Amino acid sequence: MKMTGAQILCESLVKEGVEVIFGLPGGAVIPLYDTLPQYPQLRHILVRHEQGAAHAADGYARATGKVGVCMATSGPGATNLVTGIANAHLDSVPVVAITGQVVRSLIGKDAFQEVDITGITLPITKHNYLVLEVGSLAKVVKEAFYLARNGRPSPVLIDIPRDVFIEQAEFHYPSKVDLPSSKPTLQGHPTQIKKAAKLINEAQRPLIIAGRGVIISGAYAELKQLAETAQIPVVTTLLGISCFPESHILSFGMLGMHGTAYANMAVEAADLIIAVGMRFGDRATCKVSAFAPHASIVHIDIDPAEIGKNMRVDVPIVGDVKLVLNALNKLIISTEHIDWFQQLDDWRKEHPLTFVRDSEGLPPQFVIRKIYEVTQGEAIIVTGVGQNQMWAAQHYWYNKPNSLISSGGLGAMGFELPAAMGAKIGCPDNIVWCIAGDGGFQMTIQELATIVQEKVAVKIAIINNGYLGMVRQWQQLFYKRRYVATPLAGPDFVKVAEAYGIPGLRVKRKEEVVSAIEQAMEEQGPFLIDFMVEPEENVYPMVPPGAALAEIIEEPGKEVAV
Amino acid sequence: MTTTKHTLVALVEDKPGVLTRMASLFRRRGFNIESIVVGRSELPHLARMTIVIDGSTTMVEQVRKQLDKIINVVKVSDITADDTVARELALIKVGATASTRSEIIQIVDVFRANIVDVASDSVIIEVTGDEEKINSLFNLLRGFGIKEMTRTGRIAMTRGSPGRLPVGKRSSKAQAKRQKT
Ligand SMILES: Cc1ncc(C[n+]2csc(CCOP(=O)(O)OP(=O)(O)O)c2C)c(N)n1
Ligand SMILES: [Mg+2]
Repeated sequence: MKMTGAQILCESLVKEGVEVIFGLPGGAVIPLYDTLPQYPQLRHILVRHEQGAAHAADGYARATGKVGVCMATSGPGATNLVTGIANAHLDSVPVVAITGQVVRSLIGKDAFQEVDITGITLPITKHNYLVLEVGSLAKVVKEAFYLARNGRPSPVLIDIPRDVFIEQAEFHYPSKVDLPSSKPTLQGHPTQIKKAAKLINEAQRPLIIAGRGVIISGAYAELKQLAETAQIPVVTTLLGISCFPESHILSFGMLGMHGTAYANMAVEAADLIIAVGMRFGDRATCKVSAFAPHASIVHIDIDPAEIGKNMRVDVPIVGDVKLVLNALNKLIISTEHIDWFQQLDDWRKEHPLTFVRDSEGLPPQFVIRKIYEVTQGEAIIVTGVGQNQMWAAQHYWYNKPNSLISSGGLGAMGFELPAAMGAKIGCPDNIVWCIAGDGGFQMTIQELATIVQEKVAVKIAIINNGYLGMVRQWQQLFYKRRYVATPLAGPDFVKVAEAYGIPGLRVKRKEEVVSAIEQAMEEQGPFLIDFMVEPEENVYPMVPPGAALAEIIEEPGKEVAV
Repeated sequence: MTTTKHTLVALVEDKPGVLTRMASLFRRRGFNIESIVVGRSELPHLARMTIVIDGSTTMVEQVRKQLDKIINVVKVSDITADDTVARELALIKVGATASTRSEIIQIVDVFRANIVDVASDSVIIEVTGDEEKINSLFNLLRGFGIKEMTRTGRIAMTRGSPGRLPVGKRSSKAQAKRQKT
């Protein structure tokens, strides 16, 4: 049967199991939007800015493990997606972005709302397509979803000229993709796995550094088995948080620029690093040349190009983390590293995360800890970027798998609200808390309207310090307190929320925190709390830019609780 | 860090935008390419590229892996260590008068090059060989006044069979080797 391009696209999306599309229409995609009502299985969420659509698709994908889909018109619609696509690319999130394009006869003529979006997104997608014939559309969609979710996940963009939506063709959805070049290596090489096992079995001070790859491949049990069998302590990257329960005795928190002191000390002292599904990003390693100076390194990742890119490696293993760990675990001898564990445990006691200061004001860390307590760790936490993000990473206890969603690689302010919305839409039975910065929140604040229109029960905690806080912290520490362009004279967020139809509260004192969070949880729909926290609170510990992990600074004047 | 010239051979899909994708990658990651040559291969819909790049082994290996991630790139090999035949073609336009022409012809003969065009005050010489041969010819012709030169950049092929296998026929040994890197 003949169908229009728009119908072929919708049929293909249905075949791929798509349930939700985040988008906003315009001239080039009206024929597609006109077709959408024929497909009630495809729930369209009308965002207020296409950046929100891309971040929402990202949050949806991270929370559900499915491919997130966003959609925009040509020109400005497409360019508005760019930040969100870049974000998904850097954090390996499967997203398919669909954009309208001007009609084929006008391509290259600088037509109204024409931009070369395949050119623009070339370095921030795994692949992209400009569909010039309706006959190839189904095949392109098939490939796009295959590429987005297989191997290392990533965004893929499909650009479709307006007249291709209208043209007709026979619809056949291919059952297989024909992409000879992109068959990811899934099984690790047995020789390499043997070598890794030998190193692990012989190590005195082994340390696992786990990243988001563990979450992507769902290797929670395999990682736990490896850690427990050989009693190996585990630290995670920011995006690796929640791949290993933080309450586990072997968990030593996050490493890196704002990692725990004991995680960074462990890296410094280890004689073997087992890096699992992580890419040695510079915020995690800090000074690369001084990273893990006494350790051999086993690096397991599905992307061969990550091996040796940022970090020297002794035993590379290319493959899917779950499959590799499964094979590896069979070769691991059950052992203990009593002295090593004891050493780390002592460090953990001697250098705890900055405990919450006893002050008149409202410490932001206290807010995060209370959110943990009230939600009993059952929430999915979606953060902004900056201090709020680091406090959320440090002071919430992530024991539930895949419970932290954060913009790691791109560090895109404005991610918090739309990503939280996407996560909640994907996981409606979960509690979703959006931990927002007062700066970042204003970058995508318009999605409050989407949340109301679509009845998305996201709980929002604004960590309102009246500053672009993380930048202010750097100015304080490294630029002699010259606070250039960082103070924010914010709006009244509670009134803003009210204008959108969202109930809210302002909290200034510690005593009010718990009851406010409880009230937010009791509310059926969305709820916003504006936490007026200590304006000049800093994130500690901190490895200064350019320094080695071992040069970590703990909070000045901090009393150490032994 | 020591750098050497590496020769990469890539089999790529013959589709619009492939070259852009590769060029964009080189630019973005700061890889310095000496030359890049594209042309049809023996396989339908596939083109073969020869890329010459100056860099450390680690850097070139990173280039190879990054290129391999491009979906339209079917296969990339570093053939630097292999026994290969490498050639480049150059066209050189040299000033030539009645009095200098015979001298030029002599030089051209020694290099087994050809004169492919003769004008009243210049000739065009076509020469094939490795970079060094072309450089030496160029240096010898300098004295006559070089008006224009254009070079294709290196193309290369490993000697003997089976050579670098095309798509889908990669031996398990080659695959094992790939894995280790
Ligand atoms: C889109 C974007 N612009 C600028 C930055 C640089 N930046 C990093 S953290 C930060 C401050 C964020 O302020 P806020 O959202 O209030 O969070 P806080 O650090 O105060 O918790 C800025 C401006 C960024 N990460 N993203
Ligand atoms: Mg702030």
